[in-house]
Amino acid sequence: MSQTLTEKILSRAAGKNVSPGDVTEIKVDIAAFHDLTGYHVIEVMEKAGMLKVFDKNKIVIAFDHLAPPPDVRSAEIQDQIRHFVKNLSIPNFHDINVGILHQLLLEKYANPGYVIVAADSHTTTSGAVGAFAQGLGASDVAAAVITGKTWVVVPEPFKITLESKPNKWVNGKDVALKILGDFKADYFNGMSIEVFVREPSAFPMDFRATVSNMGIEMNADALMFVPDSETVNYIKTMRGYEPPVIQPDSGAKYKDEYTIDLSKLEPLVAAPHSVDNVRTVGEVEGLEVDQVYIGSCTNGRLSDFEMAAKIMKGRRVKTRCIAIPASYDLFKKAMELGYIDTLVQAGCVVTYGTCGPCLGGHFGVAGPGEVMVSTSSRNFKGRMGSPDSKVYLAGPAVAAATAVEGKITDPRRFS
Amino acid sequence: MIIEGKVLKFGDKIDTDIIIPARHLKYTDPQYLAQHAMEPLDPEFYKKASQGVILVAGKVFGMGSSREQAAIALKAAGVRAVIAESFARIFFRNAINNGLPAIILPDATKKINQGDYVKVNVETGEIIVNGNTILKGKGITGMPLEILKAGGILSFLKTTRSTN
Repeated sequence: MSQTLTEKILSRAAGKNVSPGDVTEIKVDIAAFHDLTGYHVIEVMEKAGMLKVFDKNKIVIAFDHLAPPPDVRSAEIQDQIRHFVKNLSIPNFHDINVGILHQLLLEKYANPGYVIVAADSHTTTSGAVGAFAQGLGASDVAAAVITGKTWVVVPEPFKITLESKPNKWVNGKDVALKILGDFKADYFNGMSIEVFVREPSAFPMDFRATVSNMGIEMNADALMFVPDSETVNYIKTMRGYEPPVIQPDSGAKYKDEYTIDLSKLEPLVAAPHSVDNVRTVGEVEGLEVDQVYIGSCTNGRLSDFEMAAKIMKGRRVKTRCIAIPASYDLFKKAMELGYIDTLVQAGCVVTYGTCGPCLGGHFGVAGPGEVMVSTSSRNFKGRMGSPDSKVYLAGPAVAAATAVEGKITDPRRFS
Repeated sequence: MIIEGKVLKFGDKIDTDIIIPARHLKYTDPQYLAQHAMEPLDPEFYKKASQGVILVAGKVFGMGSSREQAAIALKAAGVRAVIAESFARIFFRNAINNGLPAIILPDATKKINQGDYVKVNVETGEIIVNGNTILKGKGITGMPLEILKAGGILSFLKTTRSTN
């Protein structure tokens, strides 16, 4: 029988053919966690009296939420995890100076067809290379770390096709927001989204990662890009090898399908306090903004900073602006290409590899009554700090244009 | 498993940043977390729930982050079960893993009112409202039920390990 990508990956992981609705145990290829959930994962393992890992080479740990530690408790949490890493000789450990977990999974570990579970909801990001990647709570990840297995309800696959090429200033964020605006945040609950790109090079890995990242905001069980030439090129460039490619069978059955013509997309924004409260940038243009944040596992990649730098070149920001490339490697490349220089000259505060502002943790928390424009993934009430602040989600072009004008601005004004 | 209590009602898309804001995630102590449950929406939630309540909510309850503290905080605050029109996948698992029953009931917010008294059969999903109206929710079965019956994933892990 013809299988979707979801069915193919989960059948392999289950060791038997599975279909949507089946509840099955599956093997995981990677189990991962970061600092803010990691100490909780270890606590569960300790309480269960099973402080062991199924395969130390298949565990990935990165410090990002509390990097660098903003307080004593955060430093204590990281120290506890460093001990765990040392005691169990975990090789794939990334301290505060390497990057955000999901970016590192993409750069170094995720392959097409993998099952990846991690103690963070944005684990869906690895779907960009065609991995079935799910966030889980600390206890479920503890179980996966110990046994190498987890259980899933096989989701119902939904097909999305991306046609044509996006215009200048439009990127993955606008595709994610388009889907959220059209379907709303609860529609894909219990489904997996499989995205087919008609012209692979027109929708590069950075854009794909943003869409997969926001699969969790759509409440999809997974959001995977069907592996194509872009997937192979990305992994080959990053790691020097060609990954085995897995694809859905032609004639596989989907619950439904939906097509986006990329050439017709314009810059979009999600207004407070919901990810599916989607507007065109024109509808909210002119609103005064206190702080702009460009970064996160959603939009902290090279093409995001390229867009931001093009707009900020030779200009000064009128809002506070915080810019955080998602990893050390991205930061270094952005530096070599001059983007970091441009952002610093424009007056941005720049660091790399921390999740701080996105979750209202540190490095730019929103105060009462403040308005933020953020390239991150969530604008829930209180997400970035005060419950009385407001967050508008946007792509890097809208964010950078807003920073230099001091109010929400359509980037198309910067030809 | 029969669970009963007075209803506290909420709307659609109650997210994890509402249930327990990120600044509280450096701790797992249930009593600490309970005091901050639903804080951005209702700082008095802890007091209202302390007598033992059933939460009724709309669509994708618990959407957003994977923070297990969301389930821990609600349970410790006094929530005995959550009935929602749908649940976010990760929250549902976290709830079960921490011994907090999560029952799906389409139109829950239309059929159950603030202050109603409900009796929930966790296995069959049958919900009796104010001693008379009977509603049919989705009961918990299979592996989630086994985890729930064991009292959460920790005890479940320990028992399955000892029988292996």
